[in-house]
Amino acid sequence: MNLHEYQAKELLKKYNVPVQEGIACDTPGEAEEAYKQIKTQYGGPFAVVKAQIHAGGRGKGKIRGSEQRGVAVGKNAEAIKEIAQNILGGTLVTIQTGEAGKLVNKVLVAQDVYYEGPNPVKEFYLSILLDRAKGQNVIMYSTEGGMDIEEVAHNTPDKIFKEWVHPGGGLQAFQARKIAFNLGLSGEAFKNCVKFVTNLYNAYVGLDCGMLEINPLFKTSDEKIIAVDCKMNLDDNALTRHPDLAAMRDISEEDPTEVEAGKFNLNFVKLDGNVGCMVNGAGLAMATMDMIKLSGGEPANFLDVGGTANAQTVEAGFRIILKDPKVKAILINIFGGIVRCDRVAQGVIDAYSKMGNITVPIIVRLQGTNAEEAKKLIDESGLKVQSAILLSEAAALVNKAVA
Amino acid sequence: MSVLVNKSSKILVQGFTGTEGTFHATQMIEYGTNVVGGVTPNKGGTSHLDRPVFNTVADAVKATGANVSIIFVPPAFAADAIMEAAEAGIELVVCITEGIPVQDMVKAKNYLLGKKTRLIGPNCPGVITAGECKVGIMPGFVFKTGKIGIVSKSGTLTYEAADQVAKAGLGISTAIGIGGDPIIGTPTKDAVELLMNDPETEGIVMIGEIGGSMEAEAAKWIKENGTKPVVGFIAGQTAPPGRRMGHAGAIIGGADDTAAAKMKIMADCGIHVVQSPADIGKKMAEVIKK
Repeated sequence: MNLHEYQAKELLKKYNVPVQEGIACDTPGEAEEAYKQIKTQYGGPFAVVKAQIHAGGRGKGKIRGSEQRGVAVGKNAEAIKEIAQNILGGTLVTIQTGEAGKLVNKVLVAQDVYYEGPNPVKEFYLSILLDRAKGQNVIMYSTEGGMDIEEVAHNTPDKIFKEWVHPGGGLQAFQARKIAFNLGLSGEAFKNCVKFVTNLYNAYVGLDCGMLEINPLFKTSDEKIIAVDCKMNLDDNALTRHPDLAAMRDISEEDPTEVEAGKFNLNFVKLDGNVGCMVNGAGLAMATMDMIKLSGGEPANFLDVGGTANAQTVEAGFRIILKDPKVKAILINIFGGIVRCDRVAQGVIDAYSKMGNITVPIIVRLQGTNAEEAKKLIDESGLKVQSAILLSEAAALVNKAVA
Repeated sequence: MSVLVNKSSKILVQGFTGTEGTFHATQMIEYGTNVVGGVTPNKGGTSHLDRPVFNTVADAVKATGANVSIIFVPPAFAADAIMEAAEAGIELVVCITEGIPVQDMVKAKNYLLGKKTRLIGPNCPGVITAGECKVGIMPGFVFKTGKIGIVSKSGTLTYEAADQVAKAGLGISTAIGIGGDPIIGTPTKDAVELLMNDPETEGIVMIGEIGGSMEAEAAKWIKENGTKPVVGFIAGQTAPPGRRMGHAGAIIGGADDTAAAKMKIMADCGIHVVQSPADIGKKMAEVIKK
């Protein structure tokens, strides 16, 4: 599950990780008020308005139909209000959102961190994630902050450092010091960075993050180390032990059909093709998508119906897939092991009959326990449903349907 | 011979008395697996499916001599169950549970270091040695006895492969479902190595998915050490980057863990890669004859 910047920053503060302070706002009026508060608290005329969406590239992205960027600086209450007005309710298109863009419902009005002081400011990069191969968490960091880290990794791999954390012992003080040294810090900034990294790692573990990225990690002119932006992803499997975090989910950021599928416990991912599919098991579902492509179609979705493919789940699956007008055919691919194929076949027949008005061809491939009986049930149902037993037969039927 | 489990394996079921544990233990017993008992804390001393129930894995091992355990406990407690089994000296732990928090598995995997316990899974269908012993949730009848080993991240795709292999006139020695999570006990390479060293296995089907680097590591190992034909498939050629496809580990993170990249490395290392999942059995029949 992804969080917004403003939510992630609130959580980091609970772990004593210093952040660029700000106030989340729903309206231009609130943004104006927020500016006044921030000015009183932190001084200086400048503040920054940041669109809150689940995608990066906001600073370079623009609100559709205008020149308004997703992150913009204003130097008085009127300017902040105007920027917020331009952004809120608009659709922000960034390199990560694609053409469709994302509707902005909230902005974060945040303090200006580039204020003048005794020393120059600096931007770094730091993230914590899982190294799957090692089975350990790794802290990845670089002196090259504020830019696309994949580009840095590609062009100047020697500027990316990695520090692996022992799963039993946790992050050690010498490791935090090493990170601060490698970032070229000294004095107060060094001490602040050691504290920052230690607390940030505690937040990563304590919140069960899947990924935590601070870009830029910022050194202010008065030697503070703060998180200016934060991308936080939470481990879905751990949400049951963090009900407070689960409640922070913003479903307006998700595909509505995926949200609906979730209500039926269906694992669904919307894709762009013309052949819908319904499969038991994630691996077989991906393989079925691949087979659709090889048969001349394009998969319209990923859908794992899990171990119990009955009339209710099949019906829910039909309804969700058929919301997409581009779908020209639906392939149901079930390998019956524990679940019997004849039961699944009956489920398909019941769901089909109940819905009544399915106009796209349905191909049902049932293999495993009682596959022959299942095929007979389908073939004799009188419905416009084609049946197959072998995967290769199903592929041929898909090919015919999209031809 | 076969690998990991056979007729003489003594199986313990952790989470024995729960719905899943009860259902699948019954199926395993019907298959002929030697289930010697189960563990459910606070139900020790009772009996379930005509087998003794124990409070702890250590008690169960002491009383029954169990050397294999299968775990059906809920996600929040599964990592703990793995560590308990390892501490009690269980040689092979098969964890079926899906949805274990990643940081729990980071701890559990570290806990197993230096212990003799091998972990299969989590989030896997288990291990089956055809005709001898089923420690998992797979439909036993699909796995006809034979000489092809299977290593797979996925459940139903494993059944599909086994079925195709059988229909091609071959059968299965041992099928190992290694699991679809980001952190698993036995990576692809280790499972392939077990089958490569098994005299009763003559060919290997290796099925992977998008995400991670396990298939590439296995492919490089096979190039150096392989002595038997390997047929390979990677699911997710049409999966979009950055989206999780059902399995917690099935997510394209970069250029190296796409299906295309993995299939290329596998083909370069001499694995017989099929583009379509419908061709797994056919391809195996073809290469085993040569």
